[in-house]
This record gives sequence, structure tokens and C-alpha cells, in this order.
Amino acid sequence: MLPDKEFLLRLAQSAPSELSTDEKEMVTLLNRERLICPLVMVNSSISGIVAGAKETWEAIEQYVADRAIEIDLCESGSIGLSSEEPVISVQLPERTRLFFARVTAEKVSSLLDDLFHQVIPDQLLIGQLRREGQEPWSDIPYLDEIPFFGLQNRIVMEVCGIIDPFSFGEYVARGGYKAFLTTIRSYTLSEVCDLVRDSGLRGRAGGGFPTSKKWKVAFDTPSDQKYLICNAEESDPGAFMDRTLMEGNPYQLLEGISIAAYAIGSNRAYIYIRSEYKDSIRRITNAIKELRVMGLLGDNILDSGYNLQISLRKGPGAFVCGEETALIASLEGRRGIPSSKPPYPSTSGYLGRPTVVNNVETLSNLPGIISKGPEWFKSIGLEDCTGTKIFSISGQVRMSGLVEVPMGTTFDTIVNDITGGANKGRKLKALHVGGPLGCTVPLELMKIPVSYATLKSEGLVMGSGGILVMDDKSCIVDTVRYFMNYVNKQSCGKCIPCREGTRRMAEILESITRKPVDEEGHTTLERFKEVMQLENLAEVMKDTSLCGLGQNAPNPVMSSLKYFRSEYEEHIFDRRCPSNICTELRSWYIDVEMCTGCSICAKRCPAEAIIGTARHPYFIVQEKCIGCGICFEVCKFTAVYYK
Amino acid sequence: MNTETAQIDEILQRFPQIKRNALIPLLQAVQDEFGYISEEAIARIGAHLSLPTSKVFGLATFYNQFSFSRRGVYHITLCNGSSCHLARSGELLGEITKVLEISDGETTRDGLFSLEVQSCIGACGQSPVMAVNGSYYSGINVKEVREIIKQYREDASR
Repeated sequence: MLPDKEFLLRLAQSAPSELSTDEKEMVTLLNRERLICPLVMVNSSISGIVAGAKETWEAIEQYVADRAIEIDLCESGSIGLSSEEPVISVQLPERTRLFFARVTAEKVSSLLDDLFHQVIPDQLLIGQLRREGQEPWSDIPYLDEIPFFGLQNRIVMEVCGIIDPFSFGEYVARGGYKAFLTTIRSYTLSEVCDLVRDSGLRGRAGGGFPTSKKWKVAFDTPSDQKYLICNAEESDPGAFMDRTLMEGNPYQLLEGISIAAYAIGSNRAYIYIRSEYKDSIRRITNAIKELRVMGLLGDNILDSGYNLQISLRKGPGAFVCGEETALIASLEGRRGIPSSKPPYPSTSGYLGRPTVVNNVETLSNLPGIISKGPEWFKSIGLEDCTGTKIFSISGQVRMSGLVEVPMGTTFDTIVNDITGGANKGRKLKALHVGGPLGCTVPLELMKIPVSYATLKSEGLVMGSGGILVMDDKSCIVDTVRYFMNYVNKQSCGKCIPCREGTRRMAEILESITRKPVDEEGHTTLERFKEVMQLENLAEVMKDTSLCGLGQNAPNPVMSSLKYFRSEYEEHIFDRRCPSNICTELRSWYIDVEMCTGCSICAKRCPAEAIIGTARHPYFIVQEKCIGCGICFEVCKFTAVYYK
Repeated sequence: MNTETAQIDEILQRFPQIKRNALIPLLQAVQDEFGYISEEAIARIGAHLSLPTSKVFGLATFYNQFSFSRRGVYHITLCNGSSCHLARSGELLGEITKVLEISDGETTRDGLFSLEVQSCIGACGQSPVMAVNGSYYSGINVKEVREIIKQYREDASR
């Protein structure tokens, strides 16, 4: 029995006490407090798919078809544990939900066999979800008792991975859309702005600019048409929080967009989404369609006199389009090139009209702020920086995934306590926070409370919140070179400091991580001089670049030079990469014991750096070696090694 | 009129409004349909929107999504996100370039393989990640990449 439109709309508008007993029953079914048949949910977002969630799904379908068992098989978003995928959750009627990790296709039948016999296989188990009215499993930890979840404070991601992102009914049955309906029924436009101002919400895209200030300007600018744009062009490598929010709880984002659009007096909203995010696009498209059917989008929404259209626009992929003026240019069908501010988009943006650009995470915060009030939101986090922030942790860390913590939590808690620190047997070396435009954070700064202000005072940035964990086997210079190459490729080319500056910086870093092929032009002193230029170059770029991309591009270089200078010096003076990552700086040697003297390495060496007589061990002349590693590849006796 | 031209015209008809902001959706539709954007498509789109061909080409080359050479039978997508970079995706890229003699955005002469390096696929927990025609390979090393390519080559010759 499917709930009809009238029932869902009434549910969104009424308090629980106003419902009849039958209707309450219906709600418990919708929000899956009560089940008719067992529920199995598979995380079908990209992190799951890569690990084999599709095959797991098929295996489950096969399992139930073979045994003629009736189950409710659903897709879900990610619960944020991306290194433990494919994650599935199983809920038996009357019992609490159980989460399992690394459930690949071949493990499906034994797992389900066990579960249907009320046995829980320990090795795959993550934990059970605490929920009132359901009988807990004994001796099974609750999710909130596990450090990864227990130390987090999930308010935006609360139900990501738990609800069905395709079901509007489930979202409403869990209290969704009340905030939007309250907004359009009881608040005037400026009251909504005031509520958000009181909550202290800041933009989560990187700058940390107060959201209500942007809104106020757009609200105060008279115009026949205003636009709200949701920036879902998440192109920082290593950042996947926006995608997870869209895949795990698309209705929350759309409710947030509706509230924001109402507050600035706009009835046209766009979601500018990365075209690679196929799964997010599928969920958002479905959600928009559903909301249109419900009459929560369109003309005269529930007789309130408010009209709103939300459309999805696929961004063709450019890092610089994360900048709002570039994003607007791209929406208008031009190259994504930023323009100088002022005029700010809030006064003259898309098609010359007042436009507010907000990020997915910022907008997803709004339903909570409206329904629970600004005071509640202010009670989380720091006084000058309220709410939570989602960080995406990746790299050489025990558990990678998404961590939502109150502002003011330290990096130490996030990385060491929540995600378990470095892998076994390795030691943490540094964090790189904020993606290609972010900063390298040394271990000694891990104790500072994270907020926009504290990071700024240390000369660091939060960026979108991607944290790349590096252990003792990674090379700082190589990572910085990677980011600089990325920014160089993504620079739009409009202003010279960024276009040329990023290229020169990338060249200098390339030359540091390479053996000097031409001794004369690239002596150690020459190379060091170039490094000295990095600082001047950075200053010019910071001062004169047009947009945030150019201004922040030197961040990785400058922060790593400040805290890891010795590593640079080792690359320059000793021509050695301490962690052996910069392949071209490797020094190759031949093991005298292993070498049979076959002479193949000497024949293949492009630099003629290998000498010796046949049937006797060969020798590599280090001064001539260019570090290409061909000798290593051709050696059949594994006699070549590097130090 | 050949079939490709007919298909392009069919796509153009889906965008009856001659407006600048239809340009990117149009290019995306062509890219989705053919997997690349041909010279002919660019010329036709320009004519449809009354824009110079140079402008259309200039815009298309600016964005990462559009490619201009026909995709191979097996389209390899390699993730080069920060997490994958730490997991040595650079070595995988080196191996693919060496074995197939193509770089990012190119197709082998026999039309069998094409390569696309993506900035981040978004599965940072499984790095390094590579995909061939949408089936994913995670946590792989250089040797496995060589094997995977070999496997696809054998499949093709069968």
C-alpha cells in the first residue's frame, strides 16, 4: 500500500499529536521503525560501486529469488565509511538495524543465512543502529559506541546511509519538509534572513563568509528576477562530502534550496552539479520530479502564493567553476572565467540579476536551523563559528571517509581518534587540509581547534574540508608538486599572475624532484635560487590574482616550505628523496651477490652509466645515472635495487 | 546525409531556442551520444546557435568533460585524485602510457583503447582506482594494470 499525496502533505504539515492511530501506524512503516518484511539496504553511491556494491546487490537478488524469501531491497547513500565498502545494512522486523562492512558478492549468502537464523557474523559487523521501539541485539555495539561514529556529531549527515534517498515518504515521515512549510507559512522573507543570521551559519565552501550577509544584499537589491544557485561543482580531488549529501539525502538539500530561495525572494533556483556525479544527478532528478508531483515545487506551492522552480544544470568540469563568478559565466554558456568583484553576484550575477551562490553543505544545514531554531544551532561548535563541518578524510589513514564534527574540534581528534590514525606500522607525517588550494599542516599544529578564524590566524585555510593524511612513506615535495600541477592545469588563463605563476611554480617543483640532467644549467645553487624565488612569486600571486584560485594557489608551497623546509633541502642539496617517492631522484645500485653479469642492464642503460665485464657483477656509476630505472625493469635476477 | 549528421540534427532539434546558454547542454548531449565531439558537430552547433565555430571550439576545449577524439572500444578512466596520487596512481599512468602508447585524451591507433585521466572519481577509500568501460578496479598495482589491459586485448581478438 503506497501512501497517497494528500496523506504525505498532511503529514508534513501536522504535529504527531494531530494524527489518527492508523496514520501513526503508517508513519512508523514509512520511517522504517516497524517493518513488514526484512529490509536490506546496499550503499549504491560511487564508493560502494567501486568496491563491488553492484555485484553484492545482484547476489542478494539472486539469494532471495532462489529461496523465495520476501525482503525489501533498497539503495541507500553512504554512511561515510568509504574504506569499508561495500557497506550493507540489514533490519529484521522488530529488531534494530545492523551494519556490515566489506560485504562483497561471495559473502552475501553466508551472511544472510546466518542473519535469518539470528546469528551475527562478527568479522563483517560494524554495529547496530540505536532506535527506540526496536529490540536491540545483545552483545552488539551500537554505532555510537564505536569511535568513528561516537565521536562525531552528525546533524547534516544524520540519516545519510540510513534512509532511502529515493523515497519522499521516508523523508517526510522522519520530519522532513516541515521546515520549508513553516518558512513559507509563518515567516516573512527578512525573518528567514534574520533566523539564519542569528544562527551564525557560514558558507561551507571554503571562505566561511556569513550566509545571511550574502542573502541580505540580494534581498535588498530590487530586481524583477533573482536567482539562487546551489554550487555542487565539487572538483577538489579528495573532497566528497557534497556528493555524499546529495546521494544520501537529496530531499534535505532541495528543502534547503527552497528555504534559501524563499529568503532572498527568488523563484528560480539552479543546481550546478559536476557532470561526473551520475549517481547524484539520478537522485536529485528523481527528487525534483517527486516534489513537482507533490506540489512542493512549481506555481503557487500549497496555496501560499509562492512559486519556485529548481532545475539541474550539469557542469562540464572545470575546477575554477567552483568560484562563483566563473560558475555563473559557465551557466550563461560562456567559458568558466571569473570576473572581477565588485559587482558581487549578490547585486549583479546570473544574467545581470541578483544571484546568491551557496554550497551544498551550507544549504543542507538550513532545514535543521529552521525547524530546531537558531539557538540550537548556536549551541553546537564555537561562539564565532557555529555548527558542524564535514571533513573528508583520505590518503594513508586507517579508515577513510566522512567525519562531521562540531567546529572547534582538533585535527588530532578527527584523524587520530575518529579515523584511527596512520596505518599499522606507519607514523603520521603531516596532513594536507583543503585540497589543491589548501595547506600542509604539521603534526605540531594538530592540537589547534579547527574553525575559520583559528586556521586563518595560523596562516592555514579550511578549504572545502578535504583532509589528505600523509604518513612517513609519503613525500611532501611530491604531493605539493602534484597539487601545483593540478592548479596549473586548471587555471583559466585570464590573469597573468595565476596563469604564469602556477606554471613557474610547477616548473620549479618539477626541477627539484628531478635529477639535474644538464649539470651546467642546473647546479645545486641554481636550483636553490629557484626555490628562493618561490616566496616572491607567491607574494605576487597572492596580491594580484583576480580570484581565489590564483590567490590561494601558493598555499601548499608556502605552508610546506615553512614547516618542512628540511625535506626541500634534502631534495635540492642531497638530490635525495627521503621517502623514495620521487622516482627520478632514486639512486640505483646492483647487488653484487645477485648479479650474474648478463650485461643486459649495461646494454639498455640510456646514460651508459653501467660498467663491468660479462659474467662478473656490474656496477652503476652514480654520477652518470639519470635514475630512469630501466636497469631495474630489465634485470631478470632482481639484482638492481634503490636506496 | 549520413547517419551521424542526422543524429546531430536530431540533437539540435531538442534545443529549439537559439540562446547562448543552450551551448553547454548541447555540447554535453553530443558528447553523451557519441562519446566525443567531432569537427562536424562543432560546425553544426555553431551554425545552429549563430556562433562562430572558433567560439564553440574555444569553449569546448576549456572544459574537461569534452573530448575530441573518438573513444576506443575499451575506455580506460584513471583516477588521479590526491588519495590515488599517494597510492601511486602516477606509476599506473606511466604503465598505461608505456603499454598503449597513448596519453590522456587519446585513443590507440587500432581504436581499441582510449585513456581519460579524471581529477577525482570520489572513491578515495579504495585508491588507486581505474575503470574500463564502467567496471571498476580498485587497490591495483602496475602488474595488475598490465594484466587487465592484456585481458581486454585478448577479449577483443576473440
